Amino acid sequence: MGLETASRARRLGSFQLADFPKPTGREEQWRFTPIADLARLCDPDLAADVAVEVAGPPGPGVSVEQVGLDHPAIGLAPAPGDRLAAAAWAASRTATLVTLAGTDPAAITQVSLVGGDGSWTPLPSAAHVAIRARRDARGIVLLRHTGLARLAEGVEITVEEGADVTVVAVHDWAAGAVHAASHRARLLKDARLRHVVVSLGGALTRVTPHIELAGEGAQVEALGINVTDSGQHHEAQLFIDHQGRSCVSRATYKGALLGPSARSVWVGDVLIRSRAEGTDTYEENRNLVLSKGARADSVPNLEIETGRIEGAGHASATGRFDEEQLFYLQARGIPAELARSLVVHAFFAELIGRIGSDEIEAALRAAVDAKLDQRRRPLP
Amino acid sequence: MTTLEIRDLHVSVDTPEGVKPILNGVDLTVRSGETHALMGPNGSGKSTLAYSLAGHPKYQVTQGSVTLDGEDLLAMSVDQRARAGLFLAMQYPVEVPGVTVANFLRTARTALSGQAPPLRAWVKEVGAAMDALRFDREFSERSVNEGFSGGEKKRHEILQLELLRPKIAILDETDSGLDVDALRVVSEGVNRAQATTGAGIMLITHYTRILDHIRPDFVHVFVAGRIAEEGGPDLAARLEAEGYDRFLTTA
Repeated sequence: MGLETASRARRLGSFQLADFPKPTGREEQWRFTPIADLARLCDPDLAADVAVEVAGPPGPGVSVEQVGLDHPAIGLAPAPGDRLAAAAWAASRTATLVTLAGTDPAAITQVSLVGGDGSWTPLPSAAHVAIRARRDARGIVLLRHTGLARLAEGVEITVEEGADVTVVAVHDWAAGAVHAASHRARLLKDARLRHVVVSLGGALTRVTPHIELAGEGAQVEALGINVTDSGQHHEAQLFIDHQGRSCVSRATYKGALLGPSARSVWVGDVLIRSRAEGTDTYEENRNLVLSKGARADSVPNLEIETGRIEGAGHASATGRFDEEQLFYLQARGIPAELARSLVVHAFFAELIGRIGSDEIEAALRAAVDAKLDQRRRPLP
Repeated sequence: MTTLEIRDLHVSVDTPEGVKPILNGVDLTVRSGETHALMGPNGSGKSTLAYSLAGHPKYQVTQGSVTLDGEDLLAMSVDQRARAGLFLAMQYPVEVPGVTVANFLRTARTALSGQAPPLRAWVKEVGAAMDALRFDREFSERSVNEGFSGGEKKRHEILQLELLRPKIAILDETDSGLDVDALRVVSEGVNRAQATTGAGIMLITHYTRILDHIRPDFVHVFVAGRIAEEGGPDLAARLEAEGYDRFLTTA
């Protein structure tokens, strides 16, 4: 693998499907991915076999509408960066456009992408969601993914000057679901984004957040959680592109691997372009392995084109919940499953506490609980 | 009144060289309110006895029985043994990153008693126990055993002894690595726990100095995986004077 292809600065972005050959699995950005399971989602003839539901009437200053991809508010974020993202774009006929112009930072707009109930085989599908935070807007968008689906999804996020918003994507798919999500965000001057990716369900999820700090003084906090059990592959490939001066990025992704064939991948690319003077960036990935055989790949990567920065760092660590820890907790009367739950909750507590919405934090704690509870039930 | 009864206990451990017998027929009875000092040279199997009773998966019981008030302790899981009233203060307490002492103690107490303790009374009880063991209140927000000094680890074990109120407590070399002051604080904690709960105590130690603070009713000399001699507190004084050589040469 040469420097040319490994460099994020030189990697292609395009809305044209033909610009991206079908991946073979040998390319740098595909080498961790079970590509065969995603092959069908690389084609442009995808259906729309996933229902998009909006919870309740939008709050003050918020609108949710179905629009064509030629709508002026669509396509403002960075272009697709891989074949799956380009296929999702090429195959989508309409987009769900969420426009935030409200002032309540706690107001939640929930959009659900709902797959089948398992009584039919889901068609390979595409969907496009656009979130546009207007100047100085506040608010939270919660994207929920449930049911059984095979989905290539594009999520574009534009955060205009002075806006400060949170986008939370929860992947709580039914067992067997296959999902590739390309999140592409562009932040203008002094914009702030808290971007949260939560992967709990499905057989395979691959989320590729691409966050472009375009305007001076923009700030992003990128948070990720995965709770991965046997038979699941949860992958996140994060790309933070520092373009504007004096931008700040903080990325914290944490994963817990429960079962012996659990598999997670985290790639964190941070690019500081030559004009991004005064950049301050830090990214970290922590994994907690609760079972022998589970595997977590973690690849942080910093690419720096200017020396005039405030700070740049990264950290990656994988820890084990081992037999001795389990023995210690059990020796105090705590049953094994509760001991695991205690350790997993402790592992995620601080990260979940950073989301800044009591409602979403409580829902996430409950979702992690539910995921751990699944293990207590005997397998059918 | 609780009775821990160990009869003809044989225990082996798997090693790269094969199965190695460590305990070769231990007989010991510990009742509520009694303090038994289990003394012996390094490698005699004292800690193996402690961990076997607690149910550590590394050890296989090959013969014998252990009952707690007539119930078969060996048939129970590790957590069931603790809920039956057994406690092991460990020589090497394990780090549990992210889980705070406060959360750990409350979870353990809840698991042991079957219900969460009333909050106000619990906070008061924990505070008093921490003060008595010379802990700062900030200690409760630290991760269990993570970055603790040797003395903090041992005091934390005794904090649990006081708050979890077992019927039978095994203290595995709780005195090792403690300075004079810490030894006194820890010993006071053990005596306090016993006075409050009437627990039976099995005190495993290599040295006699802790016995100046915790007075044993019975002293057992442990050699080559079994009890070689038993006596009263005077036996400890003899060991202090003569060492273990007498037992090692005749064993």
